[in-house]
Amino acid sequence: MSEPRVGVYVCHCGHNIAGTVDVEHVAEWAMGLPNVVVSRDNKFMCASTGQEQVEQDIKEFDLTHVVVASCSPHMHEKTFRNACARAGLNPYMFEMANIREHASWVHPNDRDGATNKAKALVSAAVHRVVHHQPLEPMVVSIRPETLVVGGGIAGIQAALEIADAGYHVYLVEREPSIGGHMAMFDKTFPTLDCSACILTPKMFDAGGHPNITLLSYSEVERVDGYVGNFTVQVRKKARKVDQDLCTGCGSCWDKCPIRIVDTVFEAGLGYRKAIYRPFPQAVPKYPVIDVENCTYFKTGKCRMCEKVCPTNAIRFDMEDEIVELEVGNIILATGFKLFDARRIPQYGYGRLENVFTSLEFERLTNAAGPTEGKIVLRDGETTPKTVAIIHCVGSRDRNFNTHCSAICCMSSLKFAHLVMEKTGAQVYNFYIDMRPIHKGYEEFYHRIMEEGAQFVRGKVSEITGVARSPEEDGKVIVVCEDTLIGHQRRVPVDMVILAAGLEPRADAQAVGYLFGVGCGDTGFFTERHPKLDPVATVTEGVFIAGACQGAKDIPDSVAQGAAAAARVLGTISRREVSLEPIRASIDEERCSGCRICNNMCPYHAIDFIEEKGVSRVNPALCKGCGTCVAACPSQVISGAHFTFDQLMAEIDGILVDVLSDRPIVEAV
Amino acid sequence: MSNQKPKLALYWASSCGGCEIAVLGLHEKILNVAEAFDIVFWPCVMDFKYADVEAMEDGEIDVCLFNGAIRNDENAHMAHLLRQKSKVLVAFGACSYGGSMPGLANFSDREAMFQWIYADSPSTINPDGIVPQKRTDVPEGELRLPGFWNTVKTLAQVVPVDYFLPGCPPEASSIEIAVNAIVSGELPPPGSVIGPDVTVCDECPRKKSEKKIKRFYRPQEIIPDPDICLLEQGLFCAGIATRSGCGAKCPQVGFGCRGCYGPNEGVLDHGAKILTGIASVIDAMTAEEAEAIFDTLPDPAGYFYRFHLPDSLLRRKARGNGKRQPVSETGQRGPA
Repeated sequence: MSEPRVGVYVCHCGHNIAGTVDVEHVAEWAMGLPNVVVSRDNKFMCASTGQEQVEQDIKEFDLTHVVVASCSPHMHEKTFRNACARAGLNPYMFEMANIREHASWVHPNDRDGATNKAKALVSAAVHRVVHHQPLEPMVVSIRPETLVVGGGIAGIQAALEIADAGYHVYLVEREPSIGGHMAMFDKTFPTLDCSACILTPKMFDAGGHPNITLLSYSEVERVDGYVGNFTVQVRKKARKVDQDLCTGCGSCWDKCPIRIVDTVFEAGLGYRKAIYRPFPQAVPKYPVIDVENCTYFKTGKCRMCEKVCPTNAIRFDMEDEIVELEVGNIILATGFKLFDARRIPQYGYGRLENVFTSLEFERLTNAAGPTEGKIVLRDGETTPKTVAIIHCVGSRDRNFNTHCSAICCMSSLKFAHLVMEKTGAQVYNFYIDMRPIHKGYEEFYHRIMEEGAQFVRGKVSEITGVARSPEEDGKVIVVCEDTLIGHQRRVPVDMVILAAGLEPRADAQAVGYLFGVGCGDTGFFTERHPKLDPVATVTEGVFIAGACQGAKDIPDSVAQGAAAAARVLGTISRREVSLEPIRASIDEERCSGCRICNNMCPYHAIDFIEEKGVSRVNPALCKGCGTCVAACPSQVISGAHFTFDQLMAEIDGILVDVLSDRPIVEAV
Repeated sequence: MSNQKPKLALYWASSCGGCEIAVLGLHEKILNVAEAFDIVFWPCVMDFKYADVEAMEDGEIDVCLFNGAIRNDENAHMAHLLRQKSKVLVAFGACSYGGSMPGLANFSDREAMFQWIYADSPSTINPDGIVPQKRTDVPEGELRLPGFWNTVKTLAQVVPVDYFLPGCPPEASSIEIAVNAIVSGELPPPGSVIGPDVTVCDECPRKKSEKKIKRFYRPQEIIPDPDICLLEQGLFCAGIATRSGCGAKCPQVGFGCRGCYGPNEGVLDHGAKILTGIASVIDAMTAEEAEAIFDTLPDPAGYFYRFHLPDSLLRRKARGNGKRQPVSETGQRGPA
């Protein structure tokens, strides 16, 4: 190859960079760097004039490599790669130096320092870029089938959108029925319409849709492949009931002699049988046998359900079944877990009988619940005269979860309304801040205030049963500093509802690993971009929707479900997708087969070729993260676009003396 | 070269003498060496004086096999002298190639070592606090000792080196390959390490699977399965990151590779590569768990940098406040 010819472009970004960094000086200084033949500054490189300048110079100066010093590559790397491509240069012969986020924005009060740092960053890019190699993207075809994991409202919505568009969906749900948390609720805010009434039509739609294969009581065990071509292994847990024969008539659970406290659907307030359907509108309608509690599985006797089943659908010998699915895209809608209020012992849940969680209250007030919708104390009969609702339980609390759970303000207001409507009790809301931010929410807040609910601003320090005065006798006392009047208060009530926050599922990390999706600080799945790409993930072809991505309410979950479906439909209709050529490859001649890299890959892209005794990277699966490149102890794995030479040159470049333009260290 | 036999020199700098033994370990093949070469300098075996070397013409020695690290003025003087007198200079063995055991002194410094050796160690009685001096006046005149360096260096950090022959010591088979290459003149490009560019795993017959370990064992703590990769059994093995050529002798007898053949081609930091490989097999979900597993590996720095600390990116323990210090006349940075 002839001598490299590098063009350098330093962006002002209006005042974003030029307000702090002396961009003219940086551009002028860059002319002295090796191989640089043209160096300019420009008000806005991303504007069409800036891009055209690059294109023009590539032709005029016969540039072989281009460096743009501007913002984060997340913003505009693609823009400038495309500009290079338009001028006939391979887009990977481009390198970006981030002198905005890494220099001007972080050193706003140090013009000299920021300018010198910008020079070092430009030097690093110039030293690096000459080692760049032309790369070509890889094109893969997309299977039209989609896997949706999680049958809550987000997953149902996503599945229906795709199925309605004419493509097949596999909807996998861990529990015996789809419906998720929404199926447990009585009313939804702020419209107070019946949760079941709006959810069950969607559940039945999903359950009976010709384009949806519903795999309830099933879990994904293994995911192989890559965007467009995933192979997924699903374990269909044995229901012990033949779905082809069962009519869902209910004789079996009517006659089953074993009654178990239902800690899942009824939040511990009601019972179910050992053979059960979680709730009347369950989809699918078939029951499952809880083998841990079934007398037959414990003692070998009973078989009552088998005797009474009119269609002989009971199958005690049914085994788990492994199903293999071929899908092009995956949507994770695995939902949330409710914060366990026992973790805050001073709130008394589990110790003080009339302290309830929000989910318990949902079941109490639900007409299909254990009390048929009567709001009563734990004794099952007394109607409370005073009720306290505690907001932010386990949320916005650095001891537990720092995040806002987004739904508790509104569900607390809903609880206040239901309590007042059904019992006429006086309601006290203990809140830190009210955050009714969505459409119609603020109006609902005002409505509840007008209905007579009291609001006390302050974080509750303790909920106690120890009375200090006769009027506190037999009551639950909420202790709190009322920050609006500046007084410590003790409010005796009959019932306390803890608005528990939303947390990531306990197995979110493991599920994320299975699908190649990371979890952020709060433990929820990480989206590719928090603002501009909220339902995609770093794994191509894997999307997230609903509360598994972060705490959110029903409308937001539905919106995300639909958004993820739209993204999937987009790739299906394109039929193929090009993959970034930035990926790892193994020099098989030099690989010694130590297998260190084999379980390093978060995307399961590395296979061991037994007969050759070497490891190999599946290029379609590789995301170019570089983990294996770093891990390889014999340095025979190379990351395209992040080669050893490129990285070392970048380090050499960043270590130049920005004051004298001479390297301060020898090249390694 | 005329009809004369090529001239061979062997020298030891800061080393244990094992490399010399390894040459003699060629057994009867040593006769081939004696037949092929005219041995002009080999202080370990024959009586030569430094003056003999000084009297030679520049480049008069055809091949010099130089073992041992450079840790004092005498080592450096001989390195420069032999470089000047030799056509081909071979860094022979792990110490001259990567610093090896003497190089582990770079985790400490001269002052601390003198303090321990000449004052604090339990077997020392030195009430006057006498430490070695470069010059000492005695009634008979002046006594001189070679200056002791603060930093151990490799041969290539002191003089240009043509070839590297790894091993602690180099295996007879490796020496044979090197000697044959020199005799036949079929040498790799200058600057090369003489040896295959794959790792010990390539020669190791143990069965390798995906690796995940919950703790490390010391060799005396378990009897390893004879057929399975030692690392998978929790035994430290640097074979994953170490050049082959030794025949994987250590792992074959149940002892993890210690890394004496050094890194593969292109690796800048052998210890870092061992570390990254070892770290990759830690089976932990949290940082605390990973730390607890690593705590079962004693002396990690000694394990990872056993043979290549001076030529690693670390080079040595940081000095003082980490600021750069002027270079002294011995090529040393920092106070002489």
